[in-house]
Amino acid sequence: MLSPDILFAAVLNGLLMGALYALVALGLTLIYGVLHIINFAHGALLAAAMFAAFFAHRLLGLDPYVAAVILTPAFFALGYALQRFLIGPAAHGEDRNYLLITLGLAVVIENALLFAFRADTRTIDLPYAFQVIEVGPALLAVPRVVALAVTMAVAFGLWLFMRWSDTGKAIRAVAREKLGAELSGIEVAHIYAITFGIGTACLAIAACLLIPTYYVNPRAGDAFVLIAFTIVVLGGMGSVTGALVGGLVVGVVESLCGLMLGESLGQVGIFAVFILTLLMRPTGLFGARA
Amino acid sequence: MPIPTTRISRRRVLRTTALGLVASASAVIGAPHRLRAQATPVKLGVLHPVSGALSLNGQQGRLGATIAIEEINAAGGIKALNGARIEPMLGDAQSTPDGGNAEVEKMNAASVAAIVGGYASAICLAASQTAARYDLPYVVDVGVTDLIVTRGLKNTFRFGPGYGVIAKTAIDNLVTINDQAGKPARTAMIVHEDSAFGAGLAKLLNEQLPQRGFQVIETISHPTPTRDFNTVVLKIRAQNPDLVIPANYYNEYVLLARAMQQQRVRPKGIYSVLGGAASSYKFVKEFPEAAQYIMDCNHWFDPRNPKAIALKKKVEDRGAFFTYEVFMNYSCVLLLADALERAASAERAKLISALATSSFSGHVMPYGPTRFVNGQNQGAAPVNTQVLDNDIKVIFPEAFASAKPVFPIPRA
Amino acid sequence: MRGAAPILLPVALLAIVPVLTASNAVLNFLVAALLMALVGQGWNLLGGYGGQYSFGHAAFFGTGAYATAILQVRYGVNAWLAFVAGTLAAALLGTIIGALCFRSGLKGSYFALITLAFAEVLRIVASVAPITGAGVGLLIRLDLRPEAFQFQSRAPFYWIVLALLAVSLAAVRMIESSRFGAWLIAVRENEDAASALGVDVMRIKIAAMTVSAAITGAGGCFYAQYFLFIDAGIAYGPWISVEALVAPIIGGIGTVLGPLYGALAVKTLGELTKLLAGDAPGLDLVVYGSLLIAVVAFAPRGIAGTLLDWRERLRGRRAIAATGERSHG
Repeated sequence: MLSPDILFAAVLNGLLMGALYALVALGLTLIYGVLHIINFAHGALLAAAMFAAFFAHRLLGLDPYVAAVILTPAFFALGYALQRFLIGPAAHGEDRNYLLITLGLAVVIENALLFAFRADTRTIDLPYAFQVIEVGPALLAVPRVVALAVTMAVAFGLWLFMRWSDTGKAIRAVAREKLGAELSGIEVAHIYAITFGIGTACLAIAACLLIPTYYVNPRAGDAFVLIAFTIVVLGGMGSVTGALVGGLVVGVVESLCGLMLGESLGQVGIFAVFILTLLMRPTGLFGARA
Repeated sequence: MPIPTTRISRRRVLRTTALGLVASASAVIGAPHRLRAQATPVKLGVLHPVSGALSLNGQQGRLGATIAIEEINAAGGIKALNGARIEPMLGDAQSTPDGGNAEVEKMNAASVAAIVGGYASAICLAASQTAARYDLPYVVDVGVTDLIVTRGLKNTFRFGPGYGVIAKTAIDNLVTINDQAGKPARTAMIVHEDSAFGAGLAKLLNEQLPQRGFQVIETISHPTPTRDFNTVVLKIRAQNPDLVIPANYYNEYVLLARAMQQQRVRPKGIYSVLGGAASSYKFVKEFPEAAQYIMDCNHWFDPRNPKAIALKKKVEDRGAFFTYEVFMNYSCVLLLADALERAASAERAKLISALATSSFSGHVMPYGPTRFVNGQNQGAAPVNTQVLDNDIKVIFPEAFASAKPVFPIPRA
Repeated sequence: MRGAAPILLPVALLAIVPVLTASNAVLNFLVAALLMALVGQGWNLLGGYGGQYSFGHAAFFGTGAYATAILQVRYGVNAWLAFVAGTLAAALLGTIIGALCFRSGLKGSYFALITLAFAEVLRIVASVAPITGAGVGLLIRLDLRPEAFQFQSRAPFYWIVLALLAVSLAAVRMIESSRFGAWLIAVRENEDAASALGVDVMRIKIAAMTVSAAITGAGGCFYAQYFLFIDAGIAYGPWISVEALVAPIIGGIGTVLGPLYGALAVKTLGELTKLLAGDAPGLDLVVYGSLLIAVVAFAPRGIAGTLLDWRERLRGRRAIAATGERSHG
């Protein structure tokens, strides 16, 4: 059963799935790293983005990869507005309030989607969705390979942005020392909103990458949230590199555990990683030293 | 998610009161010399998980039930009760047992004559138990766990089969199909979802398949939702079973079938038991290639029954898919209407007796007349279907079949 | 709010409800609310007083529920004994998880996430392990006798959950005014300072977690007896972890009655939204979520906190008025 062929294919599969997880986690880690809030609405926002990608195809005939170009800025704007005008003001700066508000937001978004689009599972049929690339004994779906490439590009781009751009530096400043950043003239509410916007923009890209091989319904985002949290913890909260590496690692762990323990029990592997990381190295692989 | 509990539809109460007033007014005006007994509507609780994880199934179930009620009312209501209309009280179980429970309490407080629905095993268990406190008749629409009918509850009736019968029928039919084809299949792998229905079925299949000459190479359990089936398919590809036996919900089935297509895994047969998509028109329409030749042993309507065909057309004209939740709920409501007719009363105890002694053939399922023992309809059984020519055909039992099974799957 | 009166009053009022109404729908609603309050009170002790927010209280709820069910179904243990055993099992789990987490120095969000992970692990294991019935779940046999902790009418269940809640209220009140409580709050406010002052921070946190787990676990045991059916998703699912924290936060975190106010408010909110939104699937929850956000936005200190604010303001006004009179008179 555990022949080298299968292991090889499983690892590759894990990397491909892991890339998608990483992209979802990217948004979450930034939001956590900067705003210090655990965004419960992440899954619902992903589902909303997937519906957007679906309807872009259904109504406008846009291929998801093309739709990403429009949806990314659109969702950035959405995320910015949500944080700037709803979440931020409503929370009055208290952590526990952020909890409840993002929770409430998750309920609202998910059920608004349910109300508007019903619970039917929707899928898109694309000509390249079933094409495969052969790598040795493994057959890799083309959309998944594309997803890996795009994720790495996005991660790289984001890393550059955080490192070299003024806004990126401002974001890092706020993440590290909010008061100091504020005193230096950085408008914290604006930075918070930008960060949240980047988070939702990542979700939009992830949605477009996911939809050729997955399905859409109001609850489709939920499945990715917990695993995204695991990656955020493993990679280190706030670290872009951490999200990418963490995502790939978790994807492979999931794949191998699923191979050996069966899909149901195999999920324990992810949480075992989660728990062990927290107990032994809570700042994660690339997180800032506490 | 925080779970809001109950609801009364004020609009409905107002509407019914207004209707009631109009009805009595017109009766008096129309027959000034006769004091006719007023045909008070019979309230029927229609309980489904229309929001939450099972919302799609719940909405389909509600659709079937409400169509049946419309038809009954349009045909003159319950004749034995002076043409009393059936008034549905729609409840949302919110995909949880406590949600279902709370709705039952509300329905009981509103004096419903009976409750139909539940859909999920866990919800049916809780709801029927609560209904039992009030001796309120409860007709289970789908819920397949056999725990439902082994609790000794007099009020609970299940119209469809439980997974004990389903598993046995599935295996019997598989053996027959396999024998007829010259026994090409000997090994199997089971891929099932890990909650009540999948786990329960898998357990029974694992016990019975070896006894009937099949070797179960591996049983793979997966959660709902599962994000990716490539690992599962890798295992299938590696062990190359003759048969793949899936038992899961729609979304996971779709992902599994797509992964199998992608990885070029082509077993001799895909024999699903209660497959989420294997006998789903939606699946066939959206993935014709992946759906070809898949067999399912599942709830299915009687294809020779004109009522069923008419219902199918009606549902499709409304833009919905004709799924099992629809025709099973439709049949359950017709069953209740028949019981009301025979009891000539909306009194709960009388309804329960009427159901217990019912021998109803006016439904659209291939079960024959109903016969309840300990609340389980004895004739209830699944049938075998196969996707052929982009359509779902019944291939077994022969009495209802419209096509012969194609097995093993022809190599392209 | 000192003394026992603030607790006795709501409890007494609630206790006479079954005498005033025979409506099972109302009783069922209140049982759900009181259960939420009980589960939330457990969370409140750890989160409100101790400052450690847990996202995985389902771990204790589910352990209580499963322990009760397994003991009855597989070992034929008496239901009341099983109830006690279940609560103790949950408490033990609390100690274990607490020891693991706090010894590693986990705080804040890290602590929250690891509790989430523990709850998920338990859920996954419960969904495949034979002893919990795996995916099929566990059904406690219907046996409507008081000896089997099952009752024909809803009222006894109602009084039992009310009694459990009352006990938890009293326990939290006692803790609040005890030295342990003072230490706990000190740990919440500033762990390092507390440690410097000689407080055994670790022991306090673990103890708080144990009691917290016991309270929530008792809620789980009760759930199993009330519904008679549990499976992995019901026992260990995220829904109960969320219920556990919504009630105290809405009601007023770190106050004795907070979880009760919060539970009643949230459940009533749920009812109202269903009434307003009617039959359309999802619409009622959209309204519910929006109202949740609104409550947090406009009453950030929760119901109890807002009540206290009003009282302070009232006192302040009276004081000003009093001085005004004096200066004029």
